[in-house]
Amino acid sequence: MIAVKYEQVSKQFHKNVKPSVDGVSAQIGEGEFVTILGSSGCGKTTLLKMTNRLLDPSEGRIILFGEDISTVDPVTVRRRMGYVIQQIGLLPHMTVEENITVMPKLMKQDIVQVRMRARELLSMTELDPDTYAGRYPSELSGGQQQRVGLARALMPDPKILLLDEPFGAVDAITRINLQNELLRIHRETQKTFLLVTHDINEAMKLGQRVMIMNEGKLLQFDTPRNIIRHPADPFVEALMRSASEQHSFWKEVLDD
Amino acid sequence: MLLECLNYLQSNGADIAVRVLEHMKISLTALLAAVLIGVAGGYAASVSNKGEKWIMNLFQVLRVIPSLAILVLLIPVMGVGMKPAVTALAILAIPPVLTNTCVGFLEVPPFMLESAKGIGMKEWELLVHVRFPLALPMILTGIRSALVEVIASATLAAKIGAGGLGEIIFTGLGLNRTDLLLIGGFLVGVLSLAGVGIFSMICRILMPYKYRRRL
Amino acid sequence: MIDFLLSHPEKIITPLLEHVSLTAVTLVISVLMASVLTILGTAVPVLGKILTAVFSVVYSIPSLALFALLIPITGLGRTSAVIVLCAYNQYLLLGNFLTGLTEVDPGVREAAKGIGMTVMQELFVVQVPLAKKALFAGIRLAVVSTIGIGTIAAAINAGGLGTLLFDGLRTMNMAKILWGSLLSAVLAVSVNSLLKWAEKGVFR
Repeated sequence: MIAVKYEQVSKQFHKNVKPSVDGVSAQIGEGEFVTILGSSGCGKTTLLKMTNRLLDPSEGRIILFGEDISTVDPVTVRRRMGYVIQQIGLLPHMTVEENITVMPKLMKQDIVQVRMRARELLSMTELDPDTYAGRYPSELSGGQQQRVGLARALMPDPKILLLDEPFGAVDAITRINLQNELLRIHRETQKTFLLVTHDINEAMKLGQRVMIMNEGKLLQFDTPRNIIRHPADPFVEALMRSASEQHSFWKEVLDD
Repeated sequence: MLLECLNYLQSNGADIAVRVLEHMKISLTALLAAVLIGVAGGYAASVSNKGEKWIMNLFQVLRVIPSLAILVLLIPVMGVGMKPAVTALAILAIPPVLTNTCVGFLEVPPFMLESAKGIGMKEWELLVHVRFPLALPMILTGIRSALVEVIASATLAAKIGAGGLGEIIFTGLGLNRTDLLLIGGFLVGVLSLAGVGIFSMICRILMPYKYRRRL
Repeated sequence: MIDFLLSHPEKIITPLLEHVSLTAVTLVISVLMASVLTILGTAVPVLGKILTAVFSVVYSIPSLALFALLIPITGLGRTSAVIVLCAYNQYLLLGNFLTGLTEVDPGVREAAKGIGMTVMQELFVVQVPLAKKALFAGIRLAVVSTIGIGTIAAAINAGGLGTLLFDGLRTMNMAKILWGSLLSAVLAVSVNSLLKWAEKGVFR
């Protein structure tokens, strides 16, 4: 099944300014891990925010699991998905458990079940429930907070998870660990992941397919291998070259 | 001197107790009114695009006017006694609550709202679970200022016939009696410190997360 | 009301001048004291925290009570008033000074430490110039507060506009009441606006 279908999606914030997203068309299959790569201002975050209706497209349609999301109430759309952002956004006045369970509680789901599931998810994100469930976000490190953010996003058992530069605010070592965690969770849950990043290594490592965007346009959407071998555009080519230069340095040093 | 104070306390114990209760009653009534009006007004100011500027300016000016002046200005309008006193105290207490509430709501970080919206909160749920809790520290700071203001002005309110502990101090000034000055001053001091202390405890209960640090 | 002014101008002008002079004297002493305490508090941070806490407690006690407690020691009149007003101002000045100084861009402060400045050098060369606006705001708050509490000081024979208020209350003289309250309100608001304008103009 097709998880997400973008049909000529555009977003223009002001009349006389260039569109932030310009005619993007793409299809993402169920269970795929897709990363969206581009530099600041290329429109990747705007595209992501249109997918959960935090923004609405000026033109075009977004079809989610067969449904045109413009026909569905935004709140309902969002409650079916997971959403993780760079600044994490855990509510400081709630404990870890309360943060994870805030939405199911608001939707009046069975408390016992909800609590059990929260504990499961904490374990899944490698945080011992007994230690962390009662802690406040201020007592956790950045990496730990983002794991909680992930657990919170997985609570509604969503078919699709949206992640907006989720590891931008953590240090490089923690980032690698969290990336590997994410890959593991993807393997275990088989959900569709859509991750936005400006880090080319992250995009290539995590994405089964990568969407490369620049100035609002989708330049190439293919597997990392194909993009490296057959860049569709001078910009993409320059991007791949810059990354490979870094890698050849590492290779050289490590091979010595 | 100490002996004279103790004598006074012994013989006028009941009267003093009445004054303490009067003082607390005036203060708490005014504070309650100020909190209700101030929080509601502050929230309204924060969501209104045009209103916010002039409301904030108005109340900031109000904060500058000496409290005694406001207390006394109400006399031609409302006469003397408890009612004008409580009204004046409320007028004095609303500005800090209102301005702090407004700023508190305006300073809620946008990414918090984005994250909560993204996981599916409705507007009303955003207000209750995100906006209000994140504005609360600022609101409570405003209420604390209002509390100090109210207890202080309640002391002055004795001059406009509202009773309270100020009576003891003013009587002491008028009759040149040091023991009354000491007792009045001491009791007011204790009452204010107790009030602020209790308020701090309430804050700790309402916001436990503010007092936990990284382990 | 206007008749009152015309027939007895000195009854209004004198309290006004007393009030202004009381405020001025208090401010000079307060700012000097606060500056010294700020320097001490920056040199010894623990001391800074203790002083802030002490003055915070003092500030929560109503002025009339403090006046009353001080009279047995320093008697009625200006001296007691100035002492109490200075004490209150320390809460405002010390608090604002310390906060303003510590909130200077941490990057700049760290750079200063990094090139080898001592704590005192950092204070005077980096923090004070960059915190000028906050420091001035603190002084403005102290001025306004002094004008306000100064009205109460009339109760302990310190003079000032409060005299008009208290006299007027005693004799139920509406003219005195109105002059006293309106004049003190206008004084406070206009000084506040003036200082705010200066703040914006001089410190951008």
